[in-house]
Amino acid sequence: MMQLQCPFCGYRPENEFDCGGTTAIARPPIDCSDEVWGDYLFFRVNPKGLHAERWRHTFGCGQWFNVVRDTVTHEVSAVYRITESRPRALDP
Amino acid sequence: MRNRYSAGNLIGAAIGGHKDWAPAWLDVDPKPRYDVIVIGGGGHGLATAYYLAKNHGMTNVAVVEAGWIGGGNTGRNTTVVRSNYLYPESARLYDFSVQRYESLSKDLNFNVMFSQRGVITLAHSRHDLDAQERWTNAMLCNGIDAEMLNARQVQECEPRLDISSRARYPILGGFIQRRAGSARHDAVAWGYARGASALGVDIVQQCSVLDFIKKHGRVVGVKTSRGEIRADRVAMAVAGHSSVLANLAGFSLPVTSYALQAMVSEPVKPVLKAVTLSPALGAYWSQSDKGEVVIGGALDHFPSYAQRGSFAINQQAIAATVEAFPSLGRLRLLRQWAGIVDVVKDSSPIIGATPIPGLYINCGWGTGGFKAIPVGGWILAHVLATGQNHELAEAFQLARFHTGRLIDEAAASGIAH
Repeated sequence: MMQLQCPFCGYRPENEFDCGGTTAIARPPIDCSDEVWGDYLFFRVNPKGLHAERWRHTFGCGQWFNVVRDTVTHEVSAVYRITESRPRALDP
Repeated sequence: MRNRYSAGNLIGAAIGGHKDWAPAWLDVDPKPRYDVIVIGGGGHGLATAYYLAKNHGMTNVAVVEAGWIGGGNTGRNTTVVRSNYLYPESARLYDFSVQRYESLSKDLNFNVMFSQRGVITLAHSRHDLDAQERWTNAMLCNGIDAEMLNARQVQECEPRLDISSRARYPILGGFIQRRAGSARHDAVAWGYARGASALGVDIVQQCSVLDFIKKHGRVVGVKTSRGEIRADRVAMAVAGHSSVLANLAGFSLPVTSYALQAMVSEPVKPVLKAVTLSPALGAYWSQSDKGEVVIGGALDHFPSYAQRGSFAINQQAIAATVEAFPSLGRLRLLRQWAGIVDVVKDSSPIIGATPIPGLYINCGWGTGGFKAIPVGGWILAHVLATGQNHELAEAFQLARFHTGRLIDEAAASGIAH
C-alpha cells in the first residue's frame, strides 16, 4: 500500500488520509464575473506529472498538509505544511 | 473475400477452410488531409467515426489512436450498460444509448454480446431503501424501467449473495433495472471499427497526437508521431487524458483524472446471473461470457494517471466480494488493472464545441463511459457534421460550469465516490 509522510505523525498507509485536491488555489473576490467564479470552483490543471495537492491525515492527527506528488509514478518529492509555499525547486 | 457475417457465410467459409474472410477492418497510414480527425480509437472515437459516415455521409474521416484500438478504457472497463439515472436530461441521454445497444449487433453485423441480464443495486440499510425508492420513482417518471426488490427477490435474481441475518453486510433489498446488463467490450470497439472502416473511415493506430496545428486561433490539424495531418474539424474522445490534450490546445477543463480499478478471477462455470452493485461496499460484480468473475472497485481517492489502481481499493473490493459472495471466497484472481477516468464535479459528460474554434470534445463520462459509447458517438458526430448540438447534448455543454446549470447526477456513479 502507498505510504504518505504526515509531517506530524510520519509514514502512514494511504487509507488513513483524504486527498483534498490541488492546493493553494486563490479565491477570487466575491464580486468577480461568473466566468472567473466557475473557473475557480470547477476548472483544474489536472497534470500528468508533478501535482501540488493538499492531504488530510483524517484517521490520525486530523491535520492538513501539502504534498508534491507525481500523478503517474505516485512518487512524493516534497511534503510541506499547509501555510508554507511550494519548494522553489519544484515549481512547474 | 467474405465481408458479411451470417450463418450462410459461416458454413460456406467452413467448406473452404475459412481462407477467404476479409480483414475486419483496415489499419492504414494517415493521409495528409481529412474532413474530420477524431483523436482516440476507443469506443467513443470509433462510434463517432461510424456515425459520421453512416448518419451524415462523411467518410473522409480519420480516427487516430496512440496505442491500439480499444486498448484504453474500452478494454479496461467492466462492460456494464444501464440507464438508471435521476434527472430527465441524463435519463434521455443514457436510455438512447441502451436502445442503440439493443439493436447494435444487428446494425453493425457484429455480435457485441449485449446481454440484458439486469443490474441490481443492493440496499444495506433503511436509508439505502429510502434512497432507492426515490431513485426508482425518478426512473419511472422518466419512462425507464425500475423495480424495487425485497431481500428474497434479490436472492432469486442473484442466488449466491449472502442474505442471511449473519451476513457481515446485511442485504435488506435493492432495485433492479431489467433492461440493463453487459456487453462484450472488444466486440463493441471492433464492431464500430469494422463498420467505420467499411464505410471508408481511416483507422490509424500507433499515432500519438503531439500538438495541435492552429491558424488564426483555429485548430486546422494535428502534429502526430506519424507526421502532420490537417482537417476542417478535429474532435477528441480521450477520456482520462482529456486535460492533457486540452492543455496542448490551450484551454482547460473541469476534469480530474482518477484510476478506476477492476479485476477478474480465474474462469469458472456460470455462477452469477445478473450484474450486482453495492454502493455502500464500493464494489460490483458480474460474470463474463468467458467465465471470469468480474469485480469492479471504487475510484482511487487521489488524482492519478497510473493504470494500475491502489492497493487500498483493491483490498476493499476483495473484502466486499468474500463477504457478499462467501462461495466465491476461494477463487483465485487472474488479472487486476485500472483505467484512467475523467471525473467532472457534476458527474455528467461534456459533448460539443470547445473554446478553441475547430476543436470539439467528448469527455467527462467518468466511471461510466462504456454504456454511453453509442450515444457519445452519435451526438459528437452530429455536432461535427452539422455544427449544431444534438438535442440530447444541449444540456451537456462546457458552458454549464459558468452558468451554474449543472446536472448533478448522483446516480451517475454506480458506486459511491
